[in-house]
Amino acid sequence: MNALTDTFEDGRRAASTQKRPLRMRLAQRGFDGVTLLMLPAVLFVILLFVYPFMYGLFLSFEPKKMATEGIFANYITFFNDPFLFDTIWKTLRLAVPVSILNVALSIPIAMRVRLMRRQRLLTTILVIPITLGTVLIAEGLLNYLGPQGWLNRTLITFHLIDGPIRLVHNYAGVFLSLLISGFPFTFLLTLSYVTGIDPSLEQAASTLGANARARFRYVILPLLAQGLAIAFCLTFVQMFSVFPSAVLLGEPAGSTRVISIAAYVAAFEEYDYSMASAIAMIMGFVQLLIVVLILASRHIFYRGPAGGAKG
Amino acid sequence: MAIASREFNELRLDEVSRKFGNLNALNGVNLTIRRGEFIALLGPSGCGKSTALNCLAGLLQLTSGSIWLDDKRIDLLRPEERSFGMVFQNYALFPHMNVRKNIGFGLKMKGETKANTERKIDEALALVRLGAQGEKLPGQLSGGQQQRVAIARAIAIEPPLVLMDEPLSNLDAKLRLEMRAEIRRIHTMLGATTIYVTHDQDEALSLADRIVVMSDGQVRQVGTPEELYARPSRADVAEFMGYRNLIRATASARPDGQMAIMVGGTPVTGHAINVVAGAPAVAAIRPDDLSPHPEGAIIATVESAEYRGRDFYGIAKMESGQELYFRSEDKVSQGETLKLGADPRRVLIYAETAA
Repeated sequence: MNALTDTFEDGRRAASTQKRPLRMRLAQRGFDGVTLLMLPAVLFVILLFVYPFMYGLFLSFEPKKMATEGIFANYITFFNDPFLFDTIWKTLRLAVPVSILNVALSIPIAMRVRLMRRQRLLTTILVIPITLGTVLIAEGLLNYLGPQGWLNRTLITFHLIDGPIRLVHNYAGVFLSLLISGFPFTFLLTLSYVTGIDPSLEQAASTLGANARARFRYVILPLLAQGLAIAFCLTFVQMFSVFPSAVLLGEPAGSTRVISIAAYVAAFEEYDYSMASAIAMIMGFVQLLIVVLILASRHIFYRGPAGGAKG
Repeated sequence: MAIASREFNELRLDEVSRKFGNLNALNGVNLTIRRGEFIALLGPSGCGKSTALNCLAGLLQLTSGSIWLDDKRIDLLRPEERSFGMVFQNYALFPHMNVRKNIGFGLKMKGETKANTERKIDEALALVRLGAQGEKLPGQLSGGQQQRVAIARAIAIEPPLVLMDEPLSNLDAKLRLEMRAEIRRIHTMLGATTIYVTHDQDEALSLADRIVVMSDGQVRQVGTPEELYARPSRADVAEFMGYRNLIRATASARPDGQMAIMVGGTPVTGHAINVVAGAPAVAAIRPDDLSPHPEGAIIATVESAEYRGRDFYGIAKMESGQELYFRSEDKVSQGETLKLGADPRRVLIYAETAA
C-alpha cells in the first residue's frame, strides 16, 4: 500500500518537474515572436551607427604621421593648432546661446499656445521651417538680410540707418538662421512638456494667492525644469553640428569656422580621413560632455509626474 | 485655529450667469449664504454646480450678474485676490513640494513670517491628523492622505470661504465615509463657511446645513436636508432626492383634502405639493416606501429582485410598461404579480411640468 502511494507521488513529482518546451521558457523571460521585430532596428543601429563609429574611432588612431609621432598624432595636432582647436570655442559660441535663447523663447509661447483653441493651426505654421531645411532658410535670409535686402532697404528708406547693417556673412547671420531653423523643434518639445502640467495645479496656486509670476516661478518652472533640460540638450546637439548655414551665411574662414567645417576640410580638401575622424571624435566628445553636464544636474530638479497626483 | 481674519456676514450671488458658447451653464442663479454655513450644491452632472464653484473661486469669469461679500463686489477680482481656500477633485497638490510646503504655499504667498507659517502648518497638520507625514511628497501618500493635505492646504490660509469640488469622488466607499465624517468634524471645529459640490445625495444630506439643488444651470430648491428629503418642491428635485418612482397620471381631489392619481382604475393617494385637480400630475414614491400590500393599488409583475440584508429590493413592471422600484420584507420571485402600495403620507403629488 505504502509502496504504491510512493510510486504514485514520485510519478507526479517527475511530471511537474519535467521541463516545459523551450518556446514557453523563453517567452517567460520576455523573448517571443514579437522580439524578432526588433531585429531590423538592431541591424540598422549596428550597420549605420556602431560600425561607422568604431571604424572612425580606430581610423583616428592611425594618423598619417604615425611613424614619427605615434597614434595620438591627430589629437596632438588638433589641440596644438589654434586654427583647429578654436573651432570648438567658435561652435560653442553659436550653439549654446542659440539653444538657450530657443528654449527661453519657446516657454512663453508654449504657455500661451496651450490655452489656444486653434493650437493645431499655429503648430503647423511653426513647423514649416523644419520642412524647409537649412539651405532654403539660409538662401532666404541672404536675400532678406543682405546689404540690398528688404530689411536694410526699408530701414534706409525711413532714414533709421545711414548705410546697410551687416547681418550676413558673419556671426549674426549664422545665429539668426540657427535660431529660425531650430526654434520649431525646441518649441514642439517644450509645448509637450508644458501641456503635461495639470492645469488644476495653476488654479490651486491662484486660489492660494499666487499671482501669475509666483505661479510660474514656484509651480510651473520647477515642474518644467526637467523637460527644459532635455529640450536644451536635444537642441544643442543639433546646433553643435551646424554646417550649411555656417558656410552660406557665415564667415567660414573666420568667426564662424565651426568644428564641422574643420572636419570637412580635413576630409575633402586635405584628404586626411584619419584627421577628419579625429575631429569628428572630438566633436562627439564635446557634445557628450555638455549633455552629460546638463543631465547630471537634473537631480536638483523634481523628477516625478507633473500631474496632481492620483486622479 | 479659528477663522478670525476677514470675517463676513453673507455671501450673495446675484443673477449669476455663465455661458459656454450657446450653453447656459449657469442661468440667473440667486443665492445668499450666511457666515459659518455648510452649503452643499447638489445636482446631476452637467447641472452647473462645478461651474458655480469655479465662478466663486474666480477661476471662471461670469457672463453676467455679480457676487458680493457683504457690500464688497468680488466677481471682478482675480482668484489670487479673493483667496478662498479650494479643495479640488483631483486634489491638485504640488507634486514637487512636500506636505509641509504644500500647506505652507498659501501662507508664503501672503507673506507670513517664517515662525507664523511653521506654526500654522503644524496646526493644520494636527487638524487633519497628518502630523508625521510632513516631509513626504504627495506621490508617497495614499488617496485619503492626499485628500487631507488638500484640505489642510485650503484651510491653512484661514480663508473666509472654503470651496470643495466633489472632494470624495476619487476615494473608495469606506474611505469616503471616513473622510465625510472628517470634513464635518473640521467644519465644526473651524466654523469656516463651506460650499461643497457633490452629486451624491447621501453626502449632501449628511454634511450640509442647507442643500442647494441645481439642474440645467438653475437653482431648483434651497432647504435643510430634512426639508429636501421629506418635501422636495418639484418632481425633478424629488427624483434626484431618491424618489425613484415617478408615476404620471391625472390628478383628482379626495374628500379628505388629499390628492390622488388614477393608476389602472385605482386611486393612489398622496400629499399634494403644487397640483390642482384635473391637471396632469406626477406621483413620487421612494423605493423604500413602495411595498407589497393586500390593498395595494398598483399591480405589477416582478422583473428582478435582490436580497440586501434586511429586505428584498426589486424592480416590477406595471401593465403600462413602466418599471417601479420597490422594497419587500418577504422573498419575492421573478414573474410573481404583486399589489404594491404606499402610505399616502409618503406619496408626493406634483404638477406635471413642461420640462
